[in-house]
Amino acid sequence: MQRIGVFVCWCGTNIAATVDVQAVSDALAKEPGVVLSANYQYMCSQTGQDLIETAIREHALTGVVICSCSPRMHEQTFRKTVARAGLNPYLLEIANIREQCSWIHKDRAQATEKAIILGRAAIAKVQLNTPLQAGQSPVTKRALVIGGGIAGIQTALDIAEAGFAVDIVEKQPTIGGKMTQLDKTFPTLDCAACILTPKMVDCAQNEKIRIFSYSEVEAVSGFVGSFRVTIRKKARYVREDVCTGCGLCTEKCPQKKVPNAFNLGLDTRRAIYIPFAQAVPKVAVIDADYCSMLKNGKCGVCAKVCAAGAIDYTQKDELVECEYGAIVAATGYNPIDLSGYDEFAYSRSPDVVSSLEFERLMNAAGPTGGTLLRPSDKTHPKTIVFVQCVGSRCSAEGKGKTYCSKICCMYTAKHAMLCREKYPDTDVYVFYIDVRTPGKNFDEFYRRAVEEYGVHYIKGMVGKVSPEGGKLKVQASDLLDGRQLHIDADMVVLAAAIEPDKSARPLATMLTASMDTNDFFTEAHPKLRPVESPTAGVFLSGCCQGPKDIPETVAQASAAASKVIGLLSKDSIVCNPCVAQPDELMCNGCSSCEKVCPYGAITYLDKEFRGPNRTTLLRRVAQVNPAVCQGCGACTVACPSGAMDLKGFSNRQIMAEVDAICR
Amino acid sequence: MNRDLTQTVARIAGVNPRACMRCGKCTGACPAYDEMEYHPHQFVSMVETGRIDELLRSKGIYTCLSCFACIERCPRQVEPARLIEAVRVLAERKQGADHLRPQDIPARLDPDMPQQAITSALRKYRR
Ligand SMILES: Cc1cc2nc3c(=O)[nH]c(=O)nc-3n(C[C@H](O)[C@H](O)[C@H](O)COP(=O)(O)OP(=O)(O)OC[C@H]3O[C@@H](n4cnc5c(N)ncnc54)[C@H](O)[C@@H]3O)c2cc1C
Ligand code: SF4
Ligand code: SF4
Ligand code: SF4
Ligand code: SF4
Repeated sequence: MQRIGVFVCWCGTNIAATVDVQAVSDALAKEPGVVLSANYQYMCSQTGQDLIETAIREHALTGVVICSCSPRMHEQTFRKTVARAGLNPYLLEIANIREQCSWIHKDRAQATEKAIILGRAAIAKVQLNTPLQAGQSPVTKRALVIGGGIAGIQTALDIAEAGFAVDIVEKQPTIGGKMTQLDKTFPTLDCAACILTPKMVDCAQNEKIRIFSYSEVEAVSGFVGSFRVTIRKKARYVREDVCTGCGLCTEKCPQKKVPNAFNLGLDTRRAIYIPFAQAVPKVAVIDADYCSMLKNGKCGVCAKVCAAGAIDYTQKDELVECEYGAIVAATGYNPIDLSGYDEFAYSRSPDVVSSLEFERLMNAAGPTGGTLLRPSDKTHPKTIVFVQCVGSRCSAEGKGKTYCSKICCMYTAKHAMLCREKYPDTDVYVFYIDVRTPGKNFDEFYRRAVEEYGVHYIKGMVGKVSPEGGKLKVQASDLLDGRQLHIDADMVVLAAAIEPDKSARPLATMLTASMDTNDFFTEAHPKLRPVESPTAGVFLSGCCQGPKDIPETVAQASAAASKVIGLLSKDSIVCNPCVAQPDELMCNGCSSCEKVCPYGAITYLDKEFRGPNRTTLLRRVAQVNPAVCQGCGACTVACPSGAMDLKGFSNRQIMAEVDAICR
Repeated sequence: MNRDLTQTVARIAGVNPRACMRCGKCTGACPAYDEMEYHPHQFVSMVETGRIDELLRSKGIYTCLSCFACIERCPRQVEPARLIEAVRVLAERKQGADHLRPQDIPARLDPDMPQQAITSALRKYRR
C-alpha cells in the first residue's frame, strides 16, 4: 500500500493570495494513498524542507507530492530534500500551482479548483513512480569558446589559467572583436589597444589555448560533458604555419581598392591583408572576392614576393572535429545598419557617421592617422552634433530596437570629451533623451564632459539633417528651453543601437540554446543564473547575452569561465535517469524512433530471442544509449508498437495523470 | 483634468499617448514649429494629462501642416499628428457647418499643393 505525503506551498502570497491553500491540502488529503497533507508558507526554506524530511521519516512515506512553483525552479531542491530522508529522489512529483495556476488566474475559486486537480494528477502519477538510479557520464576536459572578442578572450584566459585546455573559434582573421576598433575607453580614457593587445598576445602564447581564427562552428552534437563540434577553418590562401606576418605581400598586391572592413570602409586595403598591426594571429589573408589570381588566375604577385613561401592559392576550407566538455557562446554584437535612417542623412552625406566610425576617425591607426577630419573634404569639423539613441528604445515597427543599448550614453560622453580636449575650438552638441550613467564613476565622467569640457548637452532630439553646401543643417528640439534649434554642423555622429551578431541565431539552433525575440541568448535564470544557458553545458559571455560595456563584459566572461571550470573539474557528471527504454519484446525494429531522435541516441541490435518449439529467432531491436538520451520523449510517441517508454514518464503514468484530471 | 476627453481623443487617434518617452524627435522634425504655440510633444502630454480644452482653444491645431513628419519619425508609435487630427475632429463635432465647401475647392487648386492639404483644409478653415 502506498503512503503518500502532500505538501502545499503558499509561496508567501504568490500562491496563497489566489489559491486557498488550506482547501487544497484538505481536498488532497482525501485522495487514495495519501496519509498526510500539509501546507506551509515557504516549502523551499530550511523549515519547509525540514517539515518534509521529518514527515517522510515519521510517516514512512513511499511517495511525495509538492504543490508549488514550476519544477524548473525547485525540482532539484526538493529531490535533494527527499533523498536526505532516505527516499529515492524520483519518488517525488511536483504540481505547478504557481506559474500554471495562481499567476495566471484571477478568480480564487477557479484557481483553487485547478490547484486541486493538478495536485490530484501528481498523486495519481506518483503512485506509479519507480525508484530510478542516475548514471554517470564522463567529462571531456576541454572547453570551446565561440567568438574571440574581449568576452571570449577573458573566458579562455581564465579557463586556461585553471589548467584546462580551451579552444577559441573566431570568424574574423584575428581575435579581439570590436574592442580592437575602439580608440580610448571610458571611464578612464585608457587606450583600448593598450589594454587589449596584451591579452590577445597572452592567448596566443598560452599553451592551453588553441586559436581557430577565420573559422566557424559548422555542427554541434552530443551533450554536456561530451559535445562533438565540427569547425570549419576557412581557406585564407596563406599557410598559417609558414607566414611570418612580415606584411610585404600586403604592400605589393596590385588590388588596392578593397574597402577596409577594419576601418569600416572609411579607407581601402589590398586583396591580401593583415587586419591591423597587432592582429593575433599575425597572418595574412587573401580576400577571395577581390584577388585577381583567385578570380581569374592572373597575378600571383604575393606568391612571388613572399620570402617564406606561405601563399597557397589552392587552399581549401578544412573541417576539424573536436570534443568538448563545455561550450561558451561569446559572439558579441554589431551596431545596426543605419542606411534606413534617412532623417539623419546617413546615406546621403559621408560626414554623417556612426559612433564606431567615429572611433576609427579618432584613432591613430585609423584612416586619418588620428586627426579628426571630415570624410568628405578632409577638413577639421568645427561644429559636431552627436545624436544618442539612434534606433534604440524604439517600438515603431521596423524602425529600431525596443531595448536601451546601454553603452551609447557613456561612449558619446567620451567622444564629446575627447573632441573638446583635442580640438578646443570645436563646438560639441549632444542630443539626448535621457542620460543613463549607472556605473562606477560613470555619472562623474558625464558631468566632467559638461562642466569641465563645456559640451552642450541638450535634452531633445534631432528631427532632420539636410546636407547643404558642404554643411549639415541640423534641425532639433530643445525641450527644456522650449526651442527648435537650427545648427549648421560640419559633422553628425549617430550613436547606433547595437544588436547581436547575425550568426548567433543559427548557432543557438546548433547548440539547442534559447534566445529572446531580439536574438540575445537567454540565461538560465535572469537573476540567479545569468551566465548559463538553459541548455546544460552551454555558457554565455559578453554582449551575446545583452548589451554591455567592457567592465561588465569582462566580469561576465570570468563568471562564465568559473562555471566552466566547475564543470571541467569533475571527472563525470550525473546523468538524467529519465531516459527512454525500449521493450525489446514489443519492438519490431522499424527504425521510426531512430529517425526522430534529435540526439542520435538510438541504435539497433540483432538479438536472439526464444521462439516457439525450442527455436531461436534473430530480431532487430532498438537500443538507447542512456548517456546520450536527453529524455525528450520524441521516440515514445513515434513508436508504432508502443515499445518505447520514458522512465519516470511512462505512458501508464501519463495516462493516470490524464484520468485523474478528467475524473 | 478631463479623462473622458483624453480617452475620446486617444480613441479617435488610435494611438496611446502614454507610450511617449518625451524624446522630442517630433518637435525636432516639425516644419511648422514657429507657427504653433504648442509643439507636437506638448500636444501629446497635454492630451495625456487631459488639457484638451486648452488645445481646442489653440490656433496651433489649425497651423499644423499635416505633413506627418512627426508620425514618420516618432520612435514610440505615438504619432502626434494623429492626436492633433483627433483634436480637430473633436472641434468639428462641437461646431458644425463647413467653412470651406467642397464646391469651392476647384477654384483654389494649386498644382504645388499636396492633396493631403486639401483634405485637411476642409476641416481647418472652419472658424
Ligand atoms: C562606438 C562604441 C564605443 C565603445 N566604447 C566603449 C568604451 O569606451 N568603454 C567600454 O567599456 N565599452 C565600450 N564599448 C562597448 C564594447 O565594445 C563592448 O562592451 C565589447 O566589445 C563587448 O565584447 P564582446 O566580446 O562581448 O563582443 P565583440 O567585441 O563583438 O566580440 C565578439 C567576437 O565574436 C566573433 N563572432 C561573432 N559571431 C561568431 C561566430 N558565429 N563564430 C565565431 N566568431 C564569432 C566576432 O567576430 C567578434 O570578434 C563601445 C562600443 C561601441 C559601439
Ligand atoms: S594574387 Fe591576389 S592577393 Fe596576391 S597580389 Fe595578386 S591580387 Fe593580391
Ligand atoms: S527520449 Fe528518445 S528521442 Fe528523445 S533523446 Fe531519448 S532516445 Fe532520443
Ligand atoms: S504633422 Fe503637424 S505637428 Fe506633425 S510635424 Fe507636420 S506640421 Fe508639425
Ligand atoms: S517623437 Fe513620439 S515619443 Fe518622441 S516626444 Fe514625440 S510623440 Fe513622444
